[in-house]
Amino acid sequence: MLSIKNLHASVGDKPILKGLTLDIAPGEVHAIMGPNGAGKSTLSHVLSGKSGYTVTEGSVTYNGKDLLEMAPEIRAREGVFLAFQYPVEIPGVSNIYLLKAALNAMRKHKGLPEVDAMDFLTLVKDKVKLLQMDEKFLYRAVNEGFSGGEKKRNEILQAAVLEPNLCILDETDSGLDIDALRIVSEGVNSLRAANRSFLMITHYQRLLDYIKPDVVHVLADGRIVKSGGPELALELEEKGYSWVEGQV
Amino acid sequence: MSNDAYLAAYPALAERLPGQDLAWLQQFRQSGLQAFAAHGFPTLRDEEWRYTNLAALSKTQFAPTALQTAADDLLAEYRVADAALLVLVNGHFVPALSDLADLPAGVTVLSLAQALQQQAAKVADYLGKAVAETEHSLVAFNNAWFADGLWLEVAAKQVLSKPLQILHLVTESTALAATRQLVVVNQQAEAEIIETFVGNVDSYFTACVNECFVEQNAGLTWYKLQAEASKAQHFGGTYAKQARDSRFSHHNFAFGSLLARSDVHSDLDIASECSLNGLYLAAQRQHIDNHTRINHLKPHGISREFYKGVLDQKARAVFQGRVVVAEDAQKTDSEMNNRNLLLSSDAEIDTKPQLEIYADDVKCSHGVTVGQLEEKSLFYLQSRGIDEEAARHVLTFAFANEMVDKVENSSLKALLLKQLLARFSGIEF
Ligand SMILES: Nc1ncnc2c1ncn2[C@@H]1O[C@H](COP(=O)(O)OP(=O)(O)O)[C@@H](O)[C@H]1O
Ligand SMILES: [Mg+2]
Repeated sequence: MLSIKNLHASVGDKPILKGLTLDIAPGEVHAIMGPNGAGKSTLSHVLSGKSGYTVTEGSVTYNGKDLLEMAPEIRAREGVFLAFQYPVEIPGVSNIYLLKAALNAMRKHKGLPEVDAMDFLTLVKDKVKLLQMDEKFLYRAVNEGFSGGEKKRNEILQAAVLEPNLCILDETDSGLDIDALRIVSEGVNSLRAANRSFLMITHYQRLLDYIKPDVVHVLADGRIVKSGGPELALELEEKGYSWVEGQV
Repeated sequence: MSNDAYLAAYPALAERLPGQDLAWLQQFRQSGLQAFAAHGFPTLRDEEWRYTNLAALSKTQFAPTALQTAADDLLAEYRVADAALLVLVNGHFVPALSDLADLPAGVTVLSLAQALQQQAAKVADYLGKAVAETEHSLVAFNNAWFADGLWLEVAAKQVLSKPLQILHLVTESTALAATRQLVVVNQQAEAEIIETFVGNVDSYFTACVNECFVEQNAGLTWYKLQAEASKAQHFGGTYAKQARDSRFSHHNFAFGSLLARSDVHSDLDIASECSLNGLYLAAQRQHIDNHTRINHLKPHGISREFYKGVLDQKARAVFQGRVVVAEDAQKTDSEMNNRNLLLSSDAEIDTKPQLEIYADDVKCSHGVTVGQLEEKSLFYLQSRGIDEEAARHVLTFAFANEMVDKVENSSLKALLLKQLLARFSGIEF
């Protein structure tokens, strides 16, 4: 599904990713943990096509295609979804408008007709329920005035409606209280499927109590420095990041 | 002098203007004519016209045209549902094209020519009382040249059940449509006016002056939609005098014309409220100048002003928002905001909010922003599968739509939305 090979990326002339290699098979959940400033968000941005980053070396192959060649909107239509660490507020554009425009963009890309208005409403309301959100959120401007937790929930709502193949969650757990964390995790778990993979970036082990990863990686200084099973997360929690940083 | 052609043509025109038998009106017009003769059209040397070049008005001689009463598609297109319709074609009220069947009770509607025949003394009480010829020479020009217009009076305590739409249509190339509207909303009355400007020929000159008198505890809501033809020159001024406890709210949508200057001024008496909203959209080589002035003359007045602009290509806009708080106007509460979105590096905005405060116990603020679409917002939409161009349109639409959203009249709102969407192709709301 996703194959990242020796990825180097910089902002300006500052190298941030320094030879990152990672393979994700369909249906797998990979967690990436790492200290602040390690390059986790940078990885998520490079994968989703945000401008401002230069890939200086390496490759990213997604479903057999060169992901880095694609415009951000094409990546999205091909099924790459990023749940932002800091979701952007878009005043004047309602949530429901964005959901519909996004869904129709995906459908058009696949050669499908626009979604039927009633079917769409049923689908969206279903997902709203899943994430235990108030339907009023649909008619509010995207993320505008949402609390931190509401924004994160809203990201997962979008994922639930758009049904991506590769779901990148950038610190979706930060800023969530325990109830919200449970609801968001349930939302994510309900999305797990044989053909859907997850790249779950987190700072804390606690998210992994709710969403069981297949593989845990530790990202430090722009590289994967350690990979293992879920037990690696526990070990990290116990020993702190200095433990892996010491091993670089 | 470049305005000689207008002056030379005036004597022949004057004989045909309404109110020939009224000495006071002749004097009023003569005085306007002299002021115009002395100054010509405003120039860049005039402080309040520094950014707006009216040379085109002198290059072409725009002239009044004969009455035209044929129906036009634009009338249907711009007609707002469920409102009384007052149509002025080339500057003359045309009853045959108007729809007075829907005229709500409690309002008197006359063409200004009629009003000068039937109730000249009343007209004399109001004409030139909300704006003086010394304001600037386009007002003086209008004083001398206005050929018709409307008299609208709402009786005391009457809350009009329907809005009045004033639809200005120009159908002749190089026409001059000079009109004067006098609007009197008597004590405790309420009215809503929708003023629309359109034209089906390229180049013409609209010179429109509205004087509004909002009496004690009365309310007037005024929507202006300037959708003039693409090479039109537009001057439209609305000058309000607000008595104590009155409410005046003005929404100014400036979408059309090649060059437009709009004045919205209000004088506020004790505890009156004034709200000015505006949206200007300019593209290509359009030039749109919005000039507002709020004079807080007495204590406890409240004013809120919010203008937004979107400029593309080589368009240019001017926003001059002046709030004056007189020494006597203690406890004034005033906010002014102007936000601009520049879609092209060739577009230009000159924005000049001015606060002049002579009282000491007031709450006044103002803010201005000039910016581009935010990269992070564009990326967010793209990351959801929306292509960059559509994302730009969506964000621009959303920026502008905030002002359309404030419109309560649903038929007018639909008309404005249609205009807005026509500018940003490829999005459906
Ligand atoms: N636009 C940028 N300009 C300069 N430095 C940046 C930029 N974005 C990220 N960085 C730097 O790159 C490093 C990695 O950042 P980031 O990927 O956000 O880390 P993480 O998400 O792991 O906390 C940090 O040192 C950060 O300061
Ligand atoms: Mg981060």
